[in-house]
Amino acid sequence: MWLVVRRELRSAFGSPIGYVVAVVFLAVTGWLLFSTFFLNGRADLRAFFELLPITLALVAPAITMRQLSEELSSGTYESVLTLPLSAAQILGGKFVASLLFVMIVLVPTLLYPLSIASVVGGSAATQLDWGPVVGGYIGAILLAGLYCAIGLLASSASRNQIVAFILAIAVCAFLALVDRMLFIIPAPLVGLIQFLSATSHFESVARGVLDTRDLVYFVSFGGAALFGAHAVMQVRRG
Amino acid sequence: MANAPVARSPVIDVQHLSKSYGDTHAVRDLSFSVARGEVLGLLGPNGAGKSTTMRIITGYLRPTSGTVRVAGTVVDDSDVFKQSIGYLPEFSPLYGDMIVYDLLQFAAAAHGVPRPERRDRFRRLSSQCGLETVMHRPFDQLSRGYKQRAGLAYALVGDPEILILDEPTSGLDPNQIVEIRSVIKEIGQSRTVIFSTHILAEAESTCDRIVIINDGRLVADGTAAQVKDAEAPGVAIRVTVRGASEAEATGVFEQVDSVDRVLVDERDGAAGEVSLLLACREDVRAALPTIVAERGWSLLEMARSTESLETAFQRLTGKRNR
Repeated sequence: MWLVVRRELRSAFGSPIGYVVAVVFLAVTGWLLFSTFFLNGRADLRAFFELLPITLALVAPAITMRQLSEELSSGTYESVLTLPLSAAQILGGKFVASLLFVMIVLVPTLLYPLSIASVVGGSAATQLDWGPVVGGYIGAILLAGLYCAIGLLASSASRNQIVAFILAIAVCAFLALVDRMLFIIPAPLVGLIQFLSATSHFESVARGVLDTRDLVYFVSFGGAALFGAHAVMQVRRG
Repeated sequence: MANAPVARSPVIDVQHLSKSYGDTHAVRDLSFSVARGEVLGLLGPNGAGKSTTMRIITGYLRPTSGTVRVAGTVVDDSDVFKQSIGYLPEFSPLYGDMIVYDLLQFAAAAHGVPRPERRDRFRRLSSQCGLETVMHRPFDQLSRGYKQRAGLAYALVGDPEILILDEPTSGLDPNQIVEIRSVIKEIGQSRTVIFSTHILAEAESTCDRIVIINDGRLVADGTAAQVKDAEAPGVAIRVTVRGASEAEATGVFEQVDSVDRVLVDERDGAAGEVSLLLACREDVRAALPTIVAERGWSLLEMARSTESLETAFQRLTGKRNR
Protein backbone atom coordinates (compact mmCIF):
# COMPACT_ATOMS: atom_id res chain seq x y z
CA MET A 1 0.00 0.00 0.00
CA TRP A 2 2.88 2.42 0.77
CA LEU A 3 3.90 1.99 -2.82
CA VAL A 4 0.60 3.56 -3.91
CA VAL A 5 0.86 6.25 -1.22
CA ARG A 6 4.29 7.27 -2.47
CA ARG A 7 3.21 7.34 -6.10
CA GLU A 8 0.09 9.37 -5.38
CA LEU A 9 1.93 11.91 -3.24
CA ARG A 10 4.60 12.34 -5.86
CA SER A 11 1.94 12.81 -8.52
CA ALA A 12 0.04 15.32 -6.34
CA PHE A 13 3.19 17.39 -5.91
CA GLY A 14 3.89 17.15 -9.61
CA SER A 15 0.50 18.50 -10.60
CA PRO A 16 -0.52 22.17 -10.47
CA ILE A 17 -3.88 21.35 -8.88
CA GLY A 18 -2.24 20.57 -5.55
CA TYR A 19 -0.36 23.87 -5.42
CA VAL A 20 -3.33 25.93 -6.56
CA VAL A 21 -5.51 24.35 -3.89
CA ALA A 22 -2.86 24.87 -1.20
CA VAL A 23 -2.21 28.52 -2.09
CA VAL A 24 -5.88 29.47 -2.36
CA PHE A 25 -6.68 27.68 0.87
CA LEU A 26 -3.91 29.46 2.77
CA ALA A 27 -4.76 32.85 1.30
CA VAL A 28 -8.46 32.54 2.07
CA THR A 29 -8.13 31.15 5.58
CA GLY A 30 -5.35 33.62 6.44
CA TRP A 31 -7.44 36.55 5.27
CA LEU A 32 -10.57 35.33 7.03
CA LEU A 33 -8.66 34.94 10.28
CA PHE A 34 -6.63 38.12 10.35
CA SER A 35 -9.13 40.51 8.77
CA THR A 36 -11.27 40.29 11.89
CA PHE A 37 -8.58 39.27 14.36
CA PHE A 38 -7.76 42.70 15.75
CA LEU A 39 -11.41 43.72 15.79
CA ASN A 40 -12.33 40.76 17.99
CA GLY A 41 -9.53 41.46 20.37
CA ARG A 42 -9.26 37.80 21.30
CA ALA A 43 -6.14 35.69 21.09
CA ASP A 44 -7.67 32.58 19.56
CA LEU A 45 -8.13 30.86 16.22
CA ARG A 46 -11.89 30.65 16.38
CA ALA A 47 -12.37 32.41 13.04
CA PHE A 48 -10.06 29.86 11.39
CA PHE A 49 -11.49 26.72 12.93
CA GLU A 50 -15.11 27.82 12.66
CA LEU A 51 -14.90 27.87 8.88
CA LEU A 52 -12.71 24.79 8.53
CA PRO A 53 -15.63 22.37 7.95
CA ILE A 54 -16.54 24.46 4.91
CA THR A 55 -13.07 25.32 3.61
CA LEU A 56 -11.96 21.71 3.87
CA ALA A 57 -15.16 20.65 2.10
CA LEU A 58 -13.69 22.44 -0.93
CA VAL A 59 -10.05 21.42 -0.45
CA ALA A 60 -10.45 17.66 0.04
CA PRO A 61 -12.66 17.05 -3.03
CA ALA A 62 -10.24 19.10 -5.16
CA ILE A 63 -7.46 16.72 -4.15
CA THR A 64 -9.41 13.47 -4.40
CA MET A 65 -11.42 14.21 -7.55
CA ARG A 66 -8.80 12.93 -9.96
CA GLN A 67 -7.69 9.94 -7.90
CA LEU A 68 -9.93 7.36 -9.55
CA SER A 69 -11.80 9.38 -12.20
CA GLU A 70 -8.63 10.24 -14.09
CA GLU A 71 -7.41 6.66 -13.95
CA LEU A 72 -10.73 5.41 -15.25
CA SER A 73 -10.83 7.85 -18.14
CA SER A 74 -7.18 7.47 -19.14
CA GLY A 75 -7.14 3.68 -18.77
CA THR A 76 -4.28 3.57 -16.24
CA TYR A 77 -6.83 2.03 -13.88
CA GLU A 78 -6.53 -1.19 -15.88
CA SER A 79 -2.75 -1.34 -15.89
CA VAL A 80 -2.61 -0.73 -12.13
CA LEU A 81 -5.42 -3.03 -11.09
CA THR A 82 -3.85 -5.92 -12.99
CA LEU A 83 -0.58 -5.57 -11.06
CA PRO A 84 -0.35 -7.83 -8.01
CA LEU A 85 -2.14 -5.17 -5.95
CA SER A 86 -5.63 -5.56 -4.52
CA ALA A 87 -8.37 -2.98 -4.98
CA ALA A 88 -8.22 -2.39 -1.23
CA GLN A 89 -4.49 -1.65 -1.35
CA ILE A 90 -4.94 0.79 -4.20
CA LEU A 91 -7.88 2.52 -2.54
CA GLY A 92 -6.17 2.58 0.86
CA GLY A 93 -3.03 4.04 -0.67
CA LYS A 94 -4.99 6.76 -2.41
CA PHE A 95 -6.86 7.57 0.81
CA VAL A 96 -3.72 7.85 2.91
CA ALA A 97 -1.99 9.93 0.23
CA SER A 98 -4.94 12.36 -0.01
CA LEU A 99 -5.15 12.69 3.76
CA LEU A 100 -1.40 13.28 3.99
CA PHE A 101 -1.64 15.93 1.31
CA VAL A 102 -4.39 17.79 3.18
CA MET A 103 -2.28 17.56 6.33
CA ILE A 104 0.67 19.01 4.46
CA VAL A 105 -1.54 21.87 3.26
CA LEU A 106 -2.52 22.45 6.90
CA VAL A 107 1.10 22.63 8.07
CA PRO A 108 1.67 26.27 7.03
CA THR A 109 -1.45 27.27 8.98
CA LEU A 110 0.56 26.46 12.12
CA LEU A 111 2.00 29.90 11.50
CA TYR A 112 -1.32 31.40 12.57
CA PRO A 113 -1.19 30.29 16.21
CA LEU A 114 2.59 30.84 16.32
CA SER A 115 2.29 34.42 15.09
CA ILE A 116 -0.65 35.11 17.37
CA ALA A 117 1.30 33.76 20.32
CA SER A 118 4.24 36.01 19.50
CA VAL A 119 2.02 39.08 19.04
CA VAL A 120 0.13 38.72 22.29
CA GLY A 121 3.24 37.82 24.24
CA GLY A 122 3.53 35.76 27.39
CA SER A 123 1.42 37.48 30.01
CA ALA A 124 -0.97 34.98 31.53
CA ALA A 125 -4.07 37.10 30.98
CA THR A 126 -3.78 37.49 27.21
CA GLN A 127 -1.83 34.35 26.37
CA LEU A 128 -2.99 32.05 23.57
CA ASP A 129 -4.66 28.95 24.96
CA TRP A 130 -3.01 26.04 23.16
CA GLY A 131 -5.64 23.48 24.21
CA PRO A 132 -8.27 24.43 21.60
CA VAL A 133 -5.53 24.82 19.00
CA VAL A 134 -4.33 21.24 19.45
CA GLY A 135 -7.94 20.03 19.61
CA GLY A 136 -8.71 22.02 16.47
CA TYR A 137 -5.92 20.35 14.51
CA ILE A 138 -6.90 16.87 15.69
CA GLY A 139 -10.46 17.67 14.60
CA ALA A 140 -9.15 18.98 11.29
CA ILE A 141 -7.39 15.68 10.58
CA LEU A 142 -10.51 13.67 11.42
CA LEU A 143 -12.59 15.98 9.26
CA ALA A 144 -10.11 15.75 6.38
CA GLY A 145 -10.19 11.94 6.64
CA LEU A 146 -13.96 11.90 6.35
CA TYR A 147 -13.96 14.32 3.42
CA CYS A 148 -11.20 12.44 1.58
CA ALA A 149 -13.13 9.19 1.93
CA ILE A 150 -16.25 10.85 0.54
CA GLY A 151 -14.16 12.39 -2.25
CA LEU A 152 -12.78 8.98 -3.20
CA LEU A 153 -16.27 7.49 -3.27
CA ALA A 154 -17.36 10.27 -5.63
CA SER A 155 -14.22 9.78 -7.72
CA SER A 156 -14.84 6.04 -8.02
CA ALA A 157 -18.37 6.70 -9.22
CA SER A 158 -17.53 8.89 -12.23
CA ARG A 159 -14.99 8.99 -15.03
CA ASN A 160 -15.43 12.74 -15.08
CA GLN A 161 -13.31 14.66 -12.55
CA ILE A 162 -15.65 17.65 -12.48
CA VAL A 163 -18.63 15.44 -11.71
CA ALA A 164 -16.63 13.76 -8.94
CA PHE A 165 -15.58 17.17 -7.58
CA ILE A 166 -19.09 18.61 -7.45
CA LEU A 167 -20.60 15.41 -6.09
CA ALA A 168 -18.06 15.32 -3.27
CA ILE A 169 -18.51 19.02 -2.45
CA ALA A 170 -22.27 18.54 -2.32
CA VAL A 171 -22.01 15.71 0.20
CA CYS A 172 -19.27 17.33 2.29
CA ALA A 173 -21.02 20.71 2.34
CA PHE A 174 -24.26 19.00 3.36
CA LEU A 175 -22.52 17.37 6.32
CA ALA A 176 -20.86 20.70 7.18
CA LEU A 177 -23.99 22.84 6.98
CA VAL A 178 -26.78 20.51 8.02
CA ASP A 179 -26.72 21.74 11.64
CA ARG A 180 -27.48 25.27 10.43
CA MET A 181 -30.76 24.05 9.02
CA LEU A 182 -32.11 22.60 12.23
CA PHE A 183 -34.89 25.18 12.41
CA ILE A 184 -36.64 23.72 9.36
CA ILE A 185 -36.35 20.16 10.59
CA PRO A 186 -39.19 18.48 12.54
CA ALA A 187 -38.37 18.13 16.22
CA PRO A 188 -38.15 14.31 16.39
CA LEU A 189 -35.42 14.33 13.74
CA VAL A 190 -33.26 17.00 15.29
CA GLY A 191 -31.19 14.52 17.28
CA LEU A 192 -30.47 12.44 14.21
CA ILE A 193 -29.59 15.44 12.05
CA GLN A 194 -27.31 16.75 14.73
CA PHE A 195 -25.55 13.40 14.77
CA LEU A 196 -25.08 13.66 10.98
CA SER A 197 -23.48 17.08 11.24
CA ALA A 198 -19.73 17.03 10.67
CA THR A 199 -19.48 20.54 12.06
CA SER A 200 -20.93 19.71 15.47
CA HIS A 201 -18.62 16.69 15.84
CA PHE A 202 -15.66 18.76 14.70
CA GLU A 203 -16.50 21.57 17.14
CA SER A 204 -16.80 19.11 19.95
CA VAL A 205 -13.31 17.73 19.19
CA ALA A 206 -11.95 21.26 18.68
CA ARG A 207 -13.19 22.26 22.13
CA GLY A 208 -10.62 19.82 23.39
CA VAL A 209 -13.05 17.12 24.45
CA LEU A 210 -12.24 13.89 22.67
CA ASP A 211 -15.56 12.10 22.98
CA THR A 212 -15.89 8.53 21.67
CA ARG A 213 -19.14 9.54 19.94
CA ASP A 214 -17.19 11.95 17.75
CA LEU A 215 -14.51 9.37 16.99
CA VAL A 216 -17.17 6.81 16.15
CA TYR A 217 -18.80 9.33 13.84
CA PHE A 218 -15.66 10.13 11.83
CA VAL A 219 -14.37 6.56 11.70
CA SER A 220 -17.70 4.95 10.80
CA PHE A 221 -18.77 7.52 8.20
CA GLY A 222 -15.31 7.66 6.65
CA GLY A 223 -15.11 3.88 6.71
CA ALA A 224 -18.53 3.57 5.09
CA ALA A 225 -17.47 5.90 2.27
CA LEU A 226 -14.28 3.90 1.64
CA PHE A 227 -16.23 0.67 1.78
CA GLY A 228 -18.62 2.15 -0.78
CA ALA A 229 -15.74 3.13 -3.05
CA HIS A 230 -14.37 -0.41 -2.80
CA ALA A 231 -17.80 -1.79 -3.68
CA VAL A 232 -17.98 0.49 -6.73
CA MET A 233 -14.57 -0.78 -7.84
CA GLN A 234 -15.85 -4.35 -7.58
CA VAL A 235 -19.02 -3.49 -9.50
CA ARG A 236 -16.84 -2.10 -12.30
CA ARG A 237 -15.45 -5.60 -12.80
CA GLY A 238 -18.91 -6.60 -14.00
CA MET B 1 -13.91 -26.80 -32.45
CA ALA B 2 -12.85 -28.72 -29.37
CA ASN B 3 -9.87 -27.78 -27.30
CA ALA B 4 -6.61 -28.53 -28.94
CA PRO B 5 -5.18 -31.62 -27.32
CA VAL B 6 -2.48 -30.51 -24.96
CA ALA B 7 -0.16 -33.16 -23.67
CA ARG B 8 1.48 -30.91 -21.12
CA SER B 9 -0.71 -29.39 -18.47
CA PRO B 10 -2.11 -26.12 -19.77
CA VAL B 11 -0.86 -23.01 -18.04
CA ILE B 12 -3.98 -21.11 -19.03
CA ASP B 13 -7.25 -22.99 -19.16
CA VAL B 14 -10.39 -21.18 -20.24
CA GLN B 15 -13.61 -23.19 -19.82
CA HIS B 16 -17.05 -22.19 -21.11
CA LEU B 17 -16.37 -18.53 -20.62
CA SER B 18 -19.24 -16.11 -21.18
CA LYS B 19 -19.46 -12.42 -20.55
CA SER B 20 -22.44 -10.20 -21.17
CA TYR B 21 -23.15 -6.57 -20.49
CA GLY B 22 -26.92 -6.41 -20.24
CA ASP B 23 -28.16 -7.69 -23.57
CA THR B 24 -24.79 -7.50 -25.27
CA HIS B 25 -22.90 -10.78 -25.33
CA ALA B 26 -19.21 -10.00 -25.61
CA VAL B 27 -18.02 -13.59 -25.14
CA ARG B 28 -20.14 -16.72 -25.57
CA ASP B 29 -19.16 -20.13 -24.23
CA LEU B 30 -15.51 -19.78 -25.14
CA SER B 31 -13.13 -22.62 -24.28
CA PHE B 32 -9.46 -22.93 -25.11
CA SER B 33 -6.20 -23.60 -23.35
CA VAL B 34 -2.60 -22.56 -23.70
CA ALA B 35 0.33 -24.84 -23.03
CA ARG B 36 3.40 -23.74 -21.15
CA GLY B 37 5.82 -21.91 -23.40
CA GLU B 38 3.33 -21.49 -26.20
CA VAL B 39 2.79 -18.22 -28.09
CA LEU B 40 -0.91 -17.96 -28.79
CA GLY B 41 -2.45 -15.44 -31.15
CA LEU B 42 -5.97 -14.36 -30.37
CA LEU B 43 -7.36 -13.31 -33.69
CA GLY B 44 -10.62 -11.68 -34.64
CA PRO B 45 -12.18 -8.53 -35.99
CA ASN B 46 -12.60 -5.50 -33.77
CA GLY B 47 -15.34 -6.11 -31.24
CA ALA B 48 -15.03 -9.89 -31.48
CA GLY B 49 -14.40 -10.21 -27.73
CA LYS B 50 -10.60 -10.41 -27.71
CA SER B 51 -10.07 -7.64 -25.17
CA THR B 52 -12.88 -8.89 -22.97
CA THR B 53 -11.38 -12.39 -22.96
CA MET B 54 -7.96 -11.04 -22.00
CA ARG B 55 -9.40 -8.81 -19.31
CA ILE B 56 -11.13 -11.81 -17.76
CA ILE B 57 -7.93 -13.87 -17.84
CA THR B 58 -6.09 -11.07 -16.02
CA GLY B 59 -8.87 -10.81 -13.44
CA TYR B 60 -9.72 -7.23 -14.43
CA LEU B 61 -13.26 -8.29 -15.37
CA ARG B 62 -15.40 -10.98 -13.81
CA PRO B 63 -16.88 -13.56 -16.18
CA THR B 64 -20.67 -13.91 -16.30
CA SER B 65 -20.12 -17.67 -16.31
CA GLY B 66 -17.31 -20.13 -16.87
CA THR B 67 -13.88 -20.39 -15.29
CA VAL B 68 -10.31 -19.44 -16.05
CA ARG B 69 -7.33 -21.18 -14.48
CA VAL B 70 -3.93 -19.58 -14.60
CA ALA B 71 -0.99 -21.75 -13.57
CA GLY B 72 -3.42 -24.04 -11.77
CA THR B 73 -5.04 -21.23 -9.77
CA VAL B 74 -8.62 -20.22 -10.46
CA VAL B 75 -8.88 -16.56 -11.43
CA ASP B 76 -11.25 -15.13 -8.84
CA ASP B 77 -11.44 -12.24 -6.43
CA SER B 78 -8.16 -13.14 -4.76
CA ASP B 79 -5.02 -11.61 -6.14
CA VAL B 80 -2.79 -14.69 -5.95
CA PHE B 81 -2.79 -15.39 -9.68
CA LYS B 82 -1.77 -11.83 -10.58
CA GLN B 83 1.82 -12.61 -9.62
CA SER B 84 2.23 -14.93 -12.61
CA ILE B 85 0.75 -12.55 -15.19
CA GLY B 86 2.25 -9.58 -16.96
CA TYR B 87 -0.41 -7.64 -18.81
CA LEU B 88 -0.25 -4.83 -21.32
CA PRO B 89 -3.69 -3.36 -22.04
CA GLU B 90 -4.50 -1.94 -25.45
CA PHE B 91 -2.87 1.47 -26.15
CA SER B 92 -0.44 0.91 -23.28
CA PRO B 93 -2.12 3.13 -20.69
CA LEU B 94 0.50 3.97 -18.06
CA TYR B 95 0.82 6.98 -15.75
CA GLY B 96 1.75 9.87 -18.04
CA ASP B 97 3.35 12.00 -15.35
CA MET B 98 5.95 9.36 -14.43
CA ILE B 99 9.27 8.76 -16.11
CA VAL B 100 9.82 5.30 -17.58
CA TYR B 101 12.32 4.40 -14.87
CA ASP B 102 9.82 5.23 -12.11
CA LEU B 103 7.10 3.26 -13.87
CA LEU B 104 9.36 0.22 -13.88
CA GLN B 105 10.20 0.81 -10.21
CA PHE B 106 6.49 1.01 -9.43
CA ALA B 107 5.66 -2.23 -11.23
CA ALA B 108 8.72 -3.98 -9.76
CA ALA B 109 7.67 -3.00 -6.24
CA ALA B 110 4.11 -4.19 -6.90
CA HIS B 111 5.51 -7.53 -8.07
CA GLY B 112 7.71 -7.70 -4.98
CA VAL B 113 10.99 -7.70 -6.88
CA PRO B 114 13.75 -7.23 -4.28
CA ARG B 115 15.56 -3.90 -4.63
CA PRO B 116 19.06 -5.31 -5.25
CA GLU B 117 17.76 -7.28 -8.23
CA ARG B 118 16.00 -4.36 -9.87
CA ARG B 119 19.07 -2.61 -11.24
CA ASP B 120 20.15 -5.59 -13.35
CA ARG B 121 16.63 -6.35 -14.40
CA PHE B 122 15.96 -2.79 -15.58
CA ARG B 123 19.18 -2.82 -17.54
CA ARG B 124 18.25 -6.10 -19.23
CA LEU B 125 14.71 -4.92 -19.99
CA SER B 126 15.81 -1.57 -21.32
CA SER B 127 18.11 -3.23 -23.82
CA GLN B 128 15.62 -5.97 -24.69
CA CYS B 129 12.83 -3.45 -25.32
CA GLY B 130 15.09 -0.72 -26.69
CA LEU B 131 14.40 1.83 -23.95
CA GLU B 132 17.96 2.98 -23.18
CA THR B 133 17.46 6.51 -24.48
CA VAL B 134 14.08 7.19 -22.88
CA MET B 135 14.42 5.76 -19.37
CA HIS B 136 14.30 9.23 -17.82
CA ARG B 137 11.63 10.78 -19.99
CA PRO B 138 8.02 11.22 -18.86
CA PHE B 139 5.80 8.57 -20.35
CA ASP B 140 3.44 11.20 -21.80
CA GLN B 141 6.19 12.62 -23.98
CA LEU B 142 7.13 9.33 -25.62
CA SER B 143 6.21 8.44 -29.18
CA ARG B 144 3.65 5.73 -29.81
CA GLY B 145 6.35 3.12 -30.43
CA TYR B 146 8.28 3.91 -27.27
CA LYS B 147 5.08 3.91 -25.23
CA GLN B 148 4.42 0.41 -26.49
CA ARG B 149 7.95 -0.73 -25.60
CA ALA B 150 7.75 0.86 -22.18
CA GLY B 151 4.44 -0.96 -21.71
CA LEU B 152 6.14 -4.24 -22.65
CA ALA B 153 8.89 -3.63 -20.11
CA TYR B 154 6.25 -2.72 -17.49
CA ALA B 155 4.49 -6.03 -18.14
CA LEU B 156 7.77 -7.97 -18.01
CA VAL B 157 9.27 -6.40 -14.92
CA GLY B 158 7.84 -8.96 -12.48
CA ASP B 159 9.38 -11.76 -14.56
CA PRO B 160 5.90 -13.27 -15.04
CA GLU B 161 5.39 -16.77 -16.36
CA ILE B 162 2.59 -15.52 -18.61
CA LEU B 163 2.52 -12.43 -20.75
CA ILE B 164 -0.78 -11.06 -22.07
CA LEU B 165 -0.62 -8.33 -24.69
CA ASP B 166 -3.69 -6.63 -26.10
CA GLU B 167 -3.07 -5.46 -29.68
CA PRO B 168 0.60 -4.69 -29.04
CA THR B 169 1.20 -3.56 -32.62
CA SER B 170 -1.84 -1.38 -33.19
CA GLY B 171 -1.06 2.19 -34.10
CA LEU B 172 2.59 1.50 -34.87
CA ASP B 173 4.39 2.16 -38.14
CA PRO B 174 5.67 -0.82 -40.14
CA ASN B 175 9.20 -0.64 -38.73
CA GLN B 176 7.96 -0.50 -35.18
CA ILE B 177 5.62 -3.42 -35.87
CA VAL B 178 8.54 -5.54 -37.01
CA GLU B 179 10.54 -4.58 -33.93
CA ILE B 180 7.74 -5.32 -31.49
CA ARG B 181 7.08 -8.65 -33.18
CA SER B 182 10.70 -9.67 -32.83
CA VAL B 183 10.65 -8.69 -29.16
CA ILE B 184 7.52 -10.80 -28.67
CA LYS B 185 9.17 -13.74 -30.43
CA GLU B 186 12.21 -13.44 -28.22
CA ILE B 187 10.08 -13.24 -25.08
CA GLY B 188 8.05 -16.22 -26.28
CA GLN B 189 11.11 -18.46 -26.15
CA SER B 190 11.03 -18.48 -22.38
CA ARG B 191 7.41 -17.64 -21.54
CA THR B 192 3.80 -18.29 -22.34
CA VAL B 193 2.42 -15.42 -24.39
CA ILE B 194 -1.10 -14.56 -25.49
CA PHE B 195 -1.42 -11.60 -27.79
CA SER B 196 -4.34 -10.30 -29.75
CA THR B 197 -4.40 -8.87 -33.22
CA HIS B 198 -6.80 -8.47 -36.09
CA ILE B 199 -4.13 -9.15 -38.69
CA LEU B 200 -3.92 -12.78 -39.81
CA ALA B 201 -0.41 -12.41 -41.21
CA GLU B 202 0.87 -11.10 -37.93
CA ALA B 203 -0.49 -14.02 -35.95
CA GLU B 204 0.91 -16.36 -38.60
CA SER B 205 4.43 -14.98 -38.40
CA THR B 206 4.66 -14.80 -34.62
CA CYS B 207 2.48 -17.51 -33.06
CA ASP B 208 2.74 -21.23 -32.41
CA ARG B 209 -1.00 -21.46 -32.38
CA ILE B 210 -3.97 -19.31 -33.34
CA VAL B 211 -7.41 -19.04 -31.80
CA ILE B 212 -9.90 -17.14 -33.92
CA ILE B 213 -12.95 -15.64 -32.27
CA ASN B 214 -15.80 -13.82 -33.91
CA ASP B 215 -18.86 -12.37 -32.24
CA GLY B 216 -17.63 -13.80 -28.94
CA ARG B 217 -17.49 -17.38 -30.23
CA LEU B 218 -14.57 -19.64 -31.00
CA VAL B 219 -14.28 -20.01 -34.77
CA ALA B 220 -11.00 -21.84 -35.18
CA ASP B 221 -8.22 -23.18 -33.00
CA GLY B 222 -4.98 -24.63 -34.35
CA THR B 223 -1.64 -23.88 -35.93
CA ALA B 224 -1.50 -21.23 -38.63
CA ALA B 225 -1.42 -23.94 -41.31
CA GLN B 226 -4.45 -25.75 -39.88
CA VAL B 227 -6.41 -22.55 -39.58
CA LYS B 228 -5.62 -21.57 -43.15
CA ASP B 229 -6.60 -25.00 -44.47
CA ALA B 230 -9.95 -24.65 -42.80
CA GLU B 231 -10.52 -21.34 -44.50
CA ALA B 232 -8.78 -21.65 -47.81
CA PRO B 233 -10.54 -24.23 -50.04
CA GLY B 234 -13.73 -23.26 -51.68
CA VAL B 235 -15.19 -21.24 -54.43
CA ALA B 236 -17.57 -18.33 -54.39
CA ILE B 237 -20.23 -18.35 -57.08
CA ARG B 238 -22.55 -15.50 -57.84
CA VAL B 239 -25.94 -16.51 -59.27
CA THR B 240 -28.81 -14.30 -60.37
CA VAL B 241 -32.22 -15.92 -60.91
CA ARG B 242 -35.66 -14.62 -61.76
CA GLY B 243 -38.93 -16.02 -60.46
CA ALA B 244 -37.80 -17.11 -57.02
CA SER B 245 -38.18 -15.45 -53.67
CA GLU B 246 -35.10 -14.95 -51.53
CA ALA B 247 -36.16 -17.64 -49.12
CA GLU B 248 -37.00 -20.17 -51.84
CA ALA B 249 -33.75 -19.58 -53.66
CA THR B 250 -31.68 -19.74 -50.50
CA GLY B 251 -33.43 -22.93 -49.43
CA VAL B 252 -32.88 -24.66 -52.74
CA PHE B 253 -29.24 -23.72 -53.19
CA GLU B 254 -28.40 -24.72 -49.64
CA GLN B 255 -29.47 -28.27 -50.56
CA VAL B 256 -26.97 -28.47 -53.41
CA ASP B 257 -24.05 -30.80 -52.72
CA SER B 258 -20.87 -29.07 -51.55
CA VAL B 259 -22.57 -25.71 -50.94
CA ASP B 260 -21.70 -24.55 -47.43
CA ARG B 261 -23.43 -21.22 -47.19
CA VAL B 262 -25.76 -19.05 -49.20
CA LEU B 263 -25.93 -15.30 -48.78
CA VAL B 264 -28.24 -12.85 -50.52
CA ASP B 265 -26.17 -10.27 -52.30
CA GLU B 266 -28.75 -8.12 -54.11
CA ARG B 267 -32.46 -8.24 -54.70
CA ASP B 268 -34.75 -6.51 -57.11
CA GLY B 269 -38.28 -7.12 -55.90
CA ALA B 270 -40.04 -5.41 -58.83
CA ALA B 271 -38.29 -7.50 -61.44
CA GLY B 272 -38.45 -10.63 -59.24
CA GLU B 273 -34.72 -11.07 -59.46
CA VAL B 274 -32.39 -12.14 -56.72
CA SER B 275 -28.61 -12.44 -56.66
CA LEU B 276 -27.01 -14.95 -54.34
CA LEU B 277 -23.52 -15.75 -53.32
CA LEU B 278 -22.80 -19.44 -52.80
CA ALA B 279 -19.85 -20.60 -50.77
CA CYS B 280 -18.96 -24.02 -52.10
CA ARG B 281 -16.22 -26.53 -51.58
CA GLU B 282 -16.16 -27.21 -55.33
CA ASP B 283 -17.22 -25.41 -58.45
CA VAL B 284 -20.92 -26.32 -58.83
CA ARG B 285 -21.69 -24.18 -61.87
CA ALA B 286 -22.31 -27.18 -64.11
CA ALA B 287 -25.16 -28.40 -61.90
CA LEU B 288 -26.92 -25.08 -61.37
CA PRO B 289 -28.78 -24.56 -64.72
CA THR B 290 -30.64 -27.85 -64.30
CA ILE B 291 -31.59 -27.12 -60.73
CA VAL B 292 -32.87 -23.67 -61.66
CA ALA B 293 -34.79 -25.01 -64.67
CA GLU B 294 -36.43 -27.76 -62.57
CA ARG B 295 -37.96 -25.07 -60.35
CA GLY B 296 -39.23 -23.10 -63.28
CA TRP B 297 -36.95 -20.12 -62.57
CA SER B 298 -34.77 -18.39 -65.13
CA LEU B 299 -31.04 -18.22 -64.75
CA LEU B 300 -29.90 -14.71 -65.63
CA GLU B 301 -26.30 -14.70 -64.57
CA MET B 302 -23.77 -17.11 -63.15
CA ALA B 303 -20.11 -16.43 -62.49
CA ARG B 304 -17.30 -17.59 -60.37
CA SER B 305 -16.66 -14.66 -58.07
CA THR B 306 -13.42 -12.84 -58.64
CA GLU B 307 -13.27 -11.96 -54.97
CA SER B 308 -11.65 -14.45 -52.71
CA LEU B 309 -14.08 -16.29 -50.53
CA GLU B 310 -12.78 -14.56 -47.44
CA THR B 311 -13.20 -11.02 -48.73
CA ALA B 312 -16.57 -11.76 -50.31
CA PHE B 313 -17.97 -12.98 -47.04
CA GLN B 314 -16.33 -10.21 -45.10
CA ARG B 315 -18.04 -7.73 -47.37
CA LEU B 316 -21.40 -9.42 -47.10
CA THR B 317 -21.41 -10.10 -43.39
CA GLY B 318 -20.18 -6.57 -42.79
CA LYS B 319 -23.08 -5.16 -44.82
CA ARG B 320 -25.57 -7.21 -42.88
CA ASN B 321 -24.29 -6.14 -39.51
CA ARG B 322 -24.63 -2.49 -40.34
